[in-house]
Amino acid sequence: MTLDLVRDIVSGALFIGSAFFFIAGSVGLIRFPDVYSRLHALTKADNLGVGLLVAGLAVRADSWVMALKLLLIWHLVLLASATACHIFAKAALVSGVEPWTRDAA
Amino acid sequence: MRVTLEALAVVLLIAAGMGMIRIALGPTSADRMLASMLFGTVGVALTLVLGALEDIPALVDMAIVFAILASVTAVAFVERAWGAGDR
Repeated sequence: MTLDLVRDIVSGALFIGSAFFFIAGSVGLIRFPDVYSRLHALTKADNLGVGLLVAGLAVRADSWVMALKLLLIWHLVLLASATACHIFAKAALVSGVEPWTRDAA
Repeated sequence: MRVTLEALAVVLLIAAGMGMIRIALGPTSADRMLASMLFGTVGVALTLVLGALEDIPALVDMAIVFAILASVTAVAFVERAWGAGDR
């Protein structure tokens, strides 16, 4: 009984953190000035939004296998977002997108 | 606890909707591609949330496939559509 309550509180807090990072990521995607800073916002949503969601679901998972699957998903998302961020930034730099500076704006 | 998960599903939909704004505005195709990367992440998260809400374990396996495909789309975009030729 008490254990269920603790589990609900912990997973609820993790879900709220996840929601915060998803909203922060998409607000950043809209408001940031150039591709490079938008990449920063996007990878926050990827890494921490999904990470906290997966942590919250893993707390509530029925079995260890399910928790490990959730952890696998998080690592795949991390891998995807790190790779994507790197190749996007490199492609943008090669194709001549100027990084935003305060003076230029 | 269902309420928290349902609220999180709504938040994820709002995040995807904000990505639509960037797709509409986005000056370069890279900005639009970033927003669609966000859709990929939101898709994974939403699949997980709905799987937990409806108690369907198969949706976790589906989210694994989404997570793998998300990296493929980014590489395919940069290689084929944008920085074609120069690396």
